[in-house]
Amino acid sequence: MAAISPAIQEETLRTLPGDTVRQLQWRFAERYDLQMLVQAAREVARGPVARLVASGARQTHEWTAAKHALLEEFDSSGITSAFLDTENGGYLIGPKNLALALIAFELAWVDAGAATASLAGCLALSPIHERGTTEQRARYMSLCAPASPGEDRKPWRGAFCLTEPLPYAGVDTGMLGGKVTIAEWKEGQEPLLQVEKRGRFITNMGFANFVTAAVDTADPRITGSCMVILEEGDPGVFDRGSITRKLVHQLSSTSDPIFSLRVPASRIVGGYTVKEGRIVPNFNHSEIIEAVFARTRVTVALMTSAKLLSAVEPVVRYQRNRFRGAQQIKAGSLRYEQGLQQREDALHRVVDLWAMGEAGAALGFAAARAFDELDPLEKEKDKLREEAGIGGGRAELKWLKGVWPAAVEYVHHQATNTAGAVQKAANQDVLVRYVLADAVAGVLCPAAKLWNTGTGANAMREALSLMGGYGITEDCPGFLAYKWMDAQLEATYEGPEAVQRRNLIVTMTHELFLEQFRQWIPEMRRIAAHRPATGACVVASAMKLWLWTLNHLQNTSDADGSKLYSSARQGVTFRLADALCWLLASRQQILDLMELEAKSAANAAGCDGLTSTVTFLSDLCHVQAARAAGEAGRICADLVYGYNRHPSWDDPEHKGCFLGEELEAWEAYAPGMTAFALDVIQPDGSHPEKAGPCAQCGENSAFQQQRNRLDLCLTGSQLAKDRAARALAMVMIPEVPDYPR
Amino acid sequence: MVDPLHIVVCGSIVPDPLQTLEPIATPDGPALKNDLLLPAILDPFAAHALYEAAELAKQCAGSRVWLVSLGPKAKLQQVMMSLAQKAPFELVALDGPAHGFTDAHETAEHLAATTAAIPGLDRDRLLLFGGWESASRGQGVTLQIVGERLGIIDQFQGVDRITPREDGSFEVMERVEGGRHLVSLCAGPPALLGWATGERGEPRNDPQMGMKNMRLMMSALQKAVPVTLSAEGFCCRDVRLPGQQRQTRIVKDMQPAEIAQEIFEWIRHD
Repeated sequence: MAAISPAIQEETLRTLPGDTVRQLQWRFAERYDLQMLVQAAREVARGPVARLVASGARQTHEWTAAKHALLEEFDSSGITSAFLDTENGGYLIGPKNLALALIAFELAWVDAGAATASLAGCLALSPIHERGTTEQRARYMSLCAPASPGEDRKPWRGAFCLTEPLPYAGVDTGMLGGKVTIAEWKEGQEPLLQVEKRGRFITNMGFANFVTAAVDTADPRITGSCMVILEEGDPGVFDRGSITRKLVHQLSSTSDPIFSLRVPASRIVGGYTVKEGRIVPNFNHSEIIEAVFARTRVTVALMTSAKLLSAVEPVVRYQRNRFRGAQQIKAGSLRYEQGLQQREDALHRVVDLWAMGEAGAALGFAAARAFDELDPLEKEKDKLREEAGIGGGRAELKWLKGVWPAAVEYVHHQATNTAGAVQKAANQDVLVRYVLADAVAGVLCPAAKLWNTGTGANAMREALSLMGGYGITEDCPGFLAYKWMDAQLEATYEGPEAVQRRNLIVTMTHELFLEQFRQWIPEMRRIAAHRPATGACVVASAMKLWLWTLNHLQNTSDADGSKLYSSARQGVTFRLADALCWLLASRQQILDLMELEAKSAANAAGCDGLTSTVTFLSDLCHVQAARAAGEAGRICADLVYGYNRHPSWDDPEHKGCFLGEELEAWEAYAPGMTAFALDVIQPDGSHPEKAGPCAQCGENSAFQQQRNRLDLCLTGSQLAKDRAARALAMVMIPEVPDYPR
Repeated sequence: MVDPLHIVVCGSIVPDPLQTLEPIATPDGPALKNDLLLPAILDPFAAHALYEAAELAKQCAGSRVWLVSLGPKAKLQQVMMSLAQKAPFELVALDGPAHGFTDAHETAEHLAATTAAIPGLDRDRLLLFGGWESASRGQGVTLQIVGERLGIIDQFQGVDRITPREDGSFEVMERVEGGRHLVSLCAGPPALLGWATGERGEPRNDPQMGMKNMRLMMSALQKAVPVTLSAEGFCCRDVRLPGQQRQTRIVKDMQPAEIAQEIFEWIRHD
């Protein structure tokens, strides 16, 4: 590498980002409750969890006593009760999405199976929490609360059982296996239900005391699907089943249970209504799952991002120490001191990995915060809806649609910063705020789940390869090989990638999302005006290109006249969703950087050294912005041009090319013209050896202009990568890994 | 029934020992490279003292525990996020350097004055706790000087256990040379105890207690009094980390007693 000037050394990253940086970036610097939770979760992760992994506990599928002991660690450290409301034994006030996201991040820093084990309990409770009746909430939340000091009881554990038709797992949340019928319904008494359900790949099943299971009706006296709560002591079969022989997340208990149980109808999550002699569940299973997964998928997304960021330190340490111990390498020599970090490629690849991790974490935590903002608004919205006498489902959608014009107006006022009466009124309007927040959260959640886990799994493979053969061993510091494999499961848990894409193609075209998205483009430009080194301008250009492409595809047909943007045309829609995810992650990474810069400047006394961290993270933003723009641009170009038929030498009237005799005639009027014409058909019918006349952008010239501009916007991004690489070669890292402790 | 005690623990933060610690020279004297950016923990010896104080307070109903800590406010706050979940105590924060390259007398002066000014502190019931050593740079005198300034005559160092008695007296077990312990009986407070490792492990986190503690601690941190240590007449002539050496020898089937003997011989001749 080139010698580093003293000026650059001054500005370079000094240490790996610590808690102060993360608290500012991810917006919990003012939340000491969350800061404490992070410390508690970290202690469990880097202590008992890491020791368990190091001792080889991941070599077994069975749920062992040592693995079970982790649950008690979760209980005593406050991880279990973080999900609960204060009236049920919890200690965090308000929405818990960011809190759970932070727990997932900390645990997955070491082992995502442990994170899953802790969060699966929350997942089991989530249907009850989101849609359960007051009685259901009170009962199960209290039972799941860890015992208070002096109390002699064991907390209940739950499992969530969805499952598609056996033997498959993690395919589609809409396809149900499992039936419910009415076993007994005596006059004036509560009906008794017979539930038949077989589960597959059900987490926590080795020890769960209760299960929230999705079932479909098999009885004309029950309308539609629902979720029911099954308890261990219910009459019938509560068989935990055989252990799922999964290859990953071995610190979570997973099996394939069988249930054949008789339960009272009051166990239907959210209750039911009797209409004309039929049981009508107040919520079908899809409605409940939608509410649950919309939140819990965010935590899974963050598990993979934690892996990426956790890989940086072990890889850097490996690179630096790579040659130490070799007889021919003398202490003090450049190879001894810098190891592989003498080489640009080694550094550049770590920069890419790190940038990807930062972007994923930024997107994931933004999604978690979005739901924290949405949750109270949703409660207020539900209250207003009930007051207005509006039902759920379509009636609610119609009712909310009435607010859209005000919401659009609000977005415009916000963008133009015309803080007037309209904006003020809109700001106070719960429904306006709700529909806007809902539109954004509806995109951020599947985007984070899809992008963080999918591209994250690929990035983890790179991380592993950076450590050579060491990376694929059990004793690799940071457990990187385990993390790589685990990432694959995270891409599948709670709806695999296709499900997220299907979700996204609906939410990303929501009018209110697009309205806000349009305003994000000038927002990025404004940031770029002050902080050009962040890459905000290239993100803005790519966002503009994406919008143009979406609009184009929605109004265009392919060469065969088939509509391009339709739900069945996943080759178009899914790929556009993929492109969007890159941009959202990059945008959020930049916004986090801006927050860090603003807040660290305000706390200059307590944040010595943060300037260099901001500079480095800014370079990472730029690197990631360029990559995201590149991916988005490539996808958009594929879609815009790829569905046009390539011109052929045989096209009628030789469209797109010249005839030799024509050119000769024109040469008389425009001497030299022949030299510029490439696609020429000679009188004997011969033509240049290629597929056909070159394709022209034609009516897509606007796209071509924007694409050119986007490419030019990449200017400087590789300089940023070089700077980040130089910083990486000098950053101080701890002497030894801090786990297992 | 043992009378309630007022236990003040003096202890500050040190860099996380897993971090790379590199002494550097600055215009203000020696410092650690990137000190303010490195994660910190409560000095392990002070941590033992704090956990023992909390346990003792539990045994003596009505007792109170304070932690008087001199360190950079922002870093103290980070450390408290974990510490507040481990034991019930009240924080008295002083905002100043904690890098260890300071004069013990000056530090002790601030700690003594701050302890004396704690509202509601009954000095007749005072037990002054701290570490008998420090993980940053142990001069081994700071706590003693604080005690002297507060007029505490009964001082014990290298303490591993305290056992309160019904009559208000207490038994103290101190480490003495030769791997032995000395057991003393003290008539009662005020007294000073410089703790070695004590007999308790690190308590598990209790988030409920943490929330309760932090409400008060955030306010204490906001009110932290800035402290400047002038280090007048004090200088560090040379600062360096303990030397490290690694000599690997492969030996199979060696008995523990033989290993111990070899280590003993090695230390004796070093």
